[in-house]
Amino acid sequence: MLVLLLVFGVGAVVAPLIVQRLGRRAFFVVALIPLVAFIYTLAQGSEVVAGRAITESYRWIPQLDFNISVRLDTLSWVLALIVTGVGTLVLVYCAAYFRATAESLGRFAATFLAFAGAMYGLVIADDVYLLFVFWEATSVLSYLLIGHATASKASRGAALQALLVTTLGGLMMLVGLVLLSVGTGTSNITRIIELAPSDPLAIVAILLVLVGAISKSAIFPFHFWLPAAMAAPTPVSAYLHAAAMVKAGIYLIARFAPGFADTPGWRESLIALGLVTMLLGGWVALRQHDLKLLLAYGTVSQLGFLTVVVGFGTRDAALAGLALLLAHALYKSTLFLAVGIIDHRYGTRDLRKLSGLGRRSPLLAVITGVALASMMGLPPTLGFVAKETAITAMVTDATAGGQLGLIALIGIVVGSALTVAYGARFFWGAFFAKAGVEPIEANPESRLFTAAPLLLAVSGLALGIASPILGDWIAGYPALFPAGVGKPYELALWHGLEPALFLSAATIVVGAVLFVLRASVEALQLSIKGKIRPADGYSATLRSVDRLAAATTAQTQRGSLPFYLGVILLVFIGTITTTLIVNRTWPTEIRLWDSPAQLVIAAVMIIAALATTRADTRIQGVILIGVTGFGMAVLFALQGAPDLALTQVLVEVVTLVAFVLVLRRLPVRLGDRKRSVRQWLRVVIGVSFGVVMAVAAVVAAGARSALPVSLAWPDLAYIEAHGRNVVNVALVDLRGWDTMGELAVIIAAATGVASLIFISGRADTLPRPERSAARQSIGRQLRRAEDTSNDERSSWLLAARTLAAKNRSILLEVTVRLIFHSVIVVSVYLTIAGHNSPGGGFAGGLVAGMALVARYLAGGRIELGAAAPIDAGKLLGVGLVLAAGTALVPLFFGGAALESSLFELNLGPLGTLDFVTSTIFDIGVYLVVIGLILDVLRSLGAGVDRQQEVEEMVKAA
Amino acid sequence: MTISLVLLIVMAVLYACGLYLMLERSMTRVLLGFLLVGNATNLLLIAMAGQPGEAPIVRDGLAAQDMTDPLPQALILTAIVITFGVSAFLMALIYRSWRLANRDQLEDDADDVALRAGAGGVRVEQLVADDRDSEFDPAQRSSDEAER
Repeated sequence: MLVLLLVFGVGAVVAPLIVQRLGRRAFFVVALIPLVAFIYTLAQGSEVVAGRAITESYRWIPQLDFNISVRLDTLSWVLALIVTGVGTLVLVYCAAYFRATAESLGRFAATFLAFAGAMYGLVIADDVYLLFVFWEATSVLSYLLIGHATASKASRGAALQALLVTTLGGLMMLVGLVLLSVGTGTSNITRIIELAPSDPLAIVAILLVLVGAISKSAIFPFHFWLPAAMAAPTPVSAYLHAAAMVKAGIYLIARFAPGFADTPGWRESLIALGLVTMLLGGWVALRQHDLKLLLAYGTVSQLGFLTVVVGFGTRDAALAGLALLLAHALYKSTLFLAVGIIDHRYGTRDLRKLSGLGRRSPLLAVITGVALASMMGLPPTLGFVAKETAITAMVTDATAGGQLGLIALIGIVVGSALTVAYGARFFWGAFFAKAGVEPIEANPESRLFTAAPLLLAVSGLALGIASPILGDWIAGYPALFPAGVGKPYELALWHGLEPALFLSAATIVVGAVLFVLRASVEALQLSIKGKIRPADGYSATLRSVDRLAAATTAQTQRGSLPFYLGVILLVFIGTITTTLIVNRTWPTEIRLWDSPAQLVIAAVMIIAALATTRADTRIQGVILIGVTGFGMAVLFALQGAPDLALTQVLVEVVTLVAFVLVLRRLPVRLGDRKRSVRQWLRVVIGVSFGVVMAVAAVVAAGARSALPVSLAWPDLAYIEAHGRNVVNVALVDLRGWDTMGELAVIIAAATGVASLIFISGRADTLPRPERSAARQSIGRQLRRAEDTSNDERSSWLLAARTLAAKNRSILLEVTVRLIFHSVIVVSVYLTIAGHNSPGGGFAGGLVAGMALVARYLAGGRIELGAAAPIDAGKLLGVGLVLAAGTALVPLFFGGAALESSLFELNLGPLGTLDFVTSTIFDIGVYLVVIGLILDVLRSLGAGVDRQQEVEEMVKAA
Repeated sequence: MTISLVLLIVMAVLYACGLYLMLERSMTRVLLGFLLVGNATNLLLIAMAGQPGEAPIVRDGLAAQDMTDPLPQALILTAIVITFGVSAFLMALIYRSWRLANRDQLEDDADDVALRAGAGGVRVEQLVADDRDSEFDPAQRSSDEAER
């Protein structure tokens, strides 16, 4: 059974591919999966009928005692047969129902199959949590199926309504299931029912479970979602809203009834709500003109009937309930499928437009007639047998003095009369010739179309005739209830002249009268049409939830970033201060300073930082920030961190360049300073944050008791990772995964920069000069250098001549020409040597980036294209691939991820080179950093240049 | 473990100035503040390394205790580069905002303000009754027949 569940899942994934290849014929292939499940379930019949339940279990999370356990007993067996059998037939029907040109059939097939799988899982689950998972899965999948016509507003609204109503019930049910499972100490359903706790908590729990059941089975006051769900394609209605999903609630009631039917409130609530639903549904069905809606209200009514019988909780009622459940699944899906055929054939489901179909579709009329007979309870169908049994069960209880039995009996008899009336209305509406209605021309269709309803209708009839055998097969379920007084009732067509037969006959007579007087009944209905509808309650609830959300949002989402930041900082200051106040670990000694140089730098940095807050122009601010940045570099150097000092200096320069590139397009002066959170408040927040951080740092240092882990790093670096520079080894080896994540952040930032400037895509479309042509032209220029008659200045760079003469600096061009290649060599050296001495991929990449900055500044945007003829995105990608490759490759050689190995390369006369594989990681870092800087230059430099040029051209024109 | 007071004071000043700037509405000031806060955080990390020592590069005769703690350094190194990446992103944002709206100011979100003023109102997707009496569209029907 667990394997079958897996097959359903895989099938759902593969289904769209099959549909893509075979079109709607794919439904035949897809139908094989429920067919296999049906045959398998049928084959278990001998075991199940003999009273031996089949169980399977898979320990999923043993620590939480969470098992995927399934169990097939009589009740599950009958439900599983319905779910898989009707599922197979409906899928076959789909192949003829949908037009060859219908859209999104792949998605439909997949969701339908997944739904069938979830439903199958639901009825065999033997664990409350597993049951809940499948329960919710059917809700979500039914949402997708009802909303199949995504373009239709009605269909989307109905799908959402069904989802919200059933999940609301589902969540209540979850609370109930958790209470039950915690109270009994097990999540196994069989065990919970055996223990059947009856303490007050268990009563609340079981009533919550019932809320879930009645919401799923469309029982009053949740019944309104089912008629609205008729916006679904008809095969979905036939499966979900007749055979499968709406039966889930009935199944749950039937499942828990053997243990909990005597719980206070169980019978009372189920009988009351069931009867209201039965009468309401039947009454409303009488005025429907759309055949499908008529069936939908009829289903609501029948579900009410089922709730009463299944929830009644005596042995005879249980027998009747299970037979009725089976009968209903068979006849109601037949009827839905028949409506689908009528719609497909004649293009309408409105009984006012249909006329004379009986003559033109005789087979369909017979099939529908048989199914309707079962629904109305006419012999010799299964529906008749089940209704007789139900009435007898109530009569038995009522004669024994049960008040509930009497109430239920009266309700059922009245409800059944309504059923007969709307059943007759359906047959008349669909098939009779009506005066003054033009016959409609039939649409061609596949011959297989009627196969599914035919089989379903015939089964309903055959099981009615063979009801004593059916009674033996399903005897295992009623046996769970205490046997009543007297001889146990058996399923049969003929029990002699007993009260049930007369009551049954009475319902038919009354129903027939109601049908004959249909015109007056309709008139009466119109005059007393209800004012209060539960569907309005649903809309009102949704509206008030929306209003509450809007009110909450208006209170908390002020839309002001300084406000948000202020709140975050105040909360931070508050919590950390509280923690500091209760702290008891203060350090005993504090060093004032490490060296006099530190004092000087500190003073400079403090002045610069304070001045930044007073800066009036942008460039002042940028330069002052630069001062603090270079101060940082000196502090790092003093602190014994050469790698940091190097990187900081390089980053400061690049930041400065990037800033200037942006600032040239912004006004010189910074805007008005007063427009924000009040100034004193900002001072208070800033100062207290700084103080809190300083004190927290002191406390953190004082609280430290263990030795730093990094004491082991030098040995690890040298012996394991073959590198002397511990910081670099930490980046590319010891903590390589962190660096990998950081590379991803850099790539995201670089992509963000590029995307913000080149809106349409990540790559720029800057023109790139032909390198060889440019070189030749430079050669010519150099040869003609003495020729002073040429007033064009000679060019030292590939594309410098594209710049306007006033923008060129020959000094800069010559310098860049001379140093560019050396700088690139230095950057490569830094990267490779970084493993053993200060340097590494970050520093190397920054140095190479500076070389590009120099080329751009000297030669303009086209020069940048010539200097870096490769797309920045590719650099970033290759860099990440190299880094990830270094992590993955050792795995193939049985090593750990990121494990590095040492290779000695013999370079002949140049000696040997020790090459550590983690250097490749560093090369990845190198490329990513170059990619970042290139992106910044391309976007903030070249991209902005071009936009400026375009603007100037527009202005000039 | 001891901690250098000077470093902490610089850190506190950088944090205070940085946050003061970040609470402004001028985007350029926010960026300046962000850079100061980044520097302050790196100072916090390096201060946590404790007593300064030799550069952490393995050579004979240099014990692990005598080196500056390499762990915060590895953290700071990547932090420096990421701060640059993020500030480049902020610069691109500033530039874009300037190009689109010709302003360098953080404005309150218009939708939020409208919601607070109660002007926006809430739109609920109304349930619509499904009044079709067929799932097959008549136009489709004729084309289907033609197909046969």
